[in-house]
Amino acid sequence: MPTIVVEVMPKAELLDPQGKAVAGALERIGTTAVRDVRVGKRFELTVDGPVDAAVLEDVRRIAETVLANTVIEDVVAITAEESIVPGETH
Amino acid sequence: MRIGVVTFPGSLDDRDAQRAVRLAGAEPVALWHGDHDLHGVDAIVLPGGFSYGDYLRCGAIAALSPIMREVVDAAGRGVPVLGICNGFQVLVEAHLLPGGLIRNDHGRFVCRDQRLRVESTGTAWTSAFREGQEIVVPLKNGEGGFIADAETLARIEGEGQVVFRYLDVNPNGSLHDIAGLRNERGNVVGLMPHPEHAVEPGFGPDTTAAMRSGTDGLAVFRSVLEHALARA
Repeated sequence: MPTIVVEVMPKAELLDPQGKAVAGALERIGTTAVRDVRVGKRFELTVDGPVDAAVLEDVRRIAETVLANTVIEDVVAITAEESIVPGETH
Repeated sequence: MRIGVVTFPGSLDDRDAQRAVRLAGAEPVALWHGDHDLHGVDAIVLPGGFSYGDYLRCGAIAALSPIMREVVDAAGRGVPVLGICNGFQVLVEAHLLPGGLIRNDHGRFVCRDQRLRVESTGTAWTSAFREGQEIVVPLKNGEGGFIADAETLARIEGEGQVVFRYLDVNPNGSLHDIAGLRNERGNVVGLMPHPEHAVEPGFGPDTTAAMRSGTDGLAVFRSVLEHALARA
C-alpha cells in the first residue's frame, strides 16, 4: 500500500533542546565531526487508494494542523512512496 | 458557582484542581474528555498531567478531544477557562493562547517552589491579586519553555497578555521569563506553575511563617468566583 512520509522539524530560529542534548552526548563520546544536531519527526501515513492530488492535499492539511504545530515547527517534506514496510512484497 | 475540571487520559492534577475549587468556595464538576457536554458549568479548568503520554507534542492530542470543541466554543462566548501546566499546553495547542511550549532548555524536569510576579489582574482568574503582587506556587514540568517568534512576543508584551512572570530564576528557558498568558479578552489564562498546589495550609510551599503554609494559589480560584459574582 502506498505510504506518504511527512517530515517535521523544529523551526530553525527556535531552541531545539533535544538536539542540544544529543549534540552534547556526541561531544562526550569524542565525536569531533558533528557541529550541531537538530531532532525532528518522521510520520509514515499509509493510504488506501492511489496517491492523487486530493490525497496529497488532505495530507498537507493534516500535516500543518495536527502532525506539526506550525507555531514552533515546520513541515519540511511530504513525499509519496510506494511501500516502505520492510519485507512487504509489491 | 460550578467549575468544571476536565479529565483527559493521563491527567494527574484533576483531583487537586477540584479540591482547590472546593476550598475557594465553588462546586467542582468532573468533565470527561470524550464528552461533548460541559454540564452547564460557569468556568472550566484544564488540569496538569501528561495527557496521552505527551505523544506527538504535549497537549496536542488532548486539544483534538471532543470536549475541547466545547471548551473552545465556551471560551469564545467568554466563559472563563484556566489551563494549568499540561492544561496550558492544551490551550496553546488549541490556539486559544499564542506561542508554544517546548522542552526545558536545560533538558531536565524541574520541580520547585517558584516565585512569580502577577503582571495582569484584569483577567477572570487574577482579579483577586494586586497588580505586581509576588507569589510562590509549586512548579513541576519537563516541557515548560515558552517560545514565540519575535513578532508574537512583541504583540503579547504590547497588549499586556503576560499574566505571570518568573522571578529569581527562569526555570525552563521561557522567553521573557513568561510563566503565564491570557487571551485578549482575559477569560482564558494559561500558566505552567501550579496554583492548585498552594491552596491549603500544610500542603503548600514553605513560607517564612511556617513550613508548607503557602496558599498564594487560592486567589486564582477566588478570582473566578468574584468574576462570576460581579457578572451576576
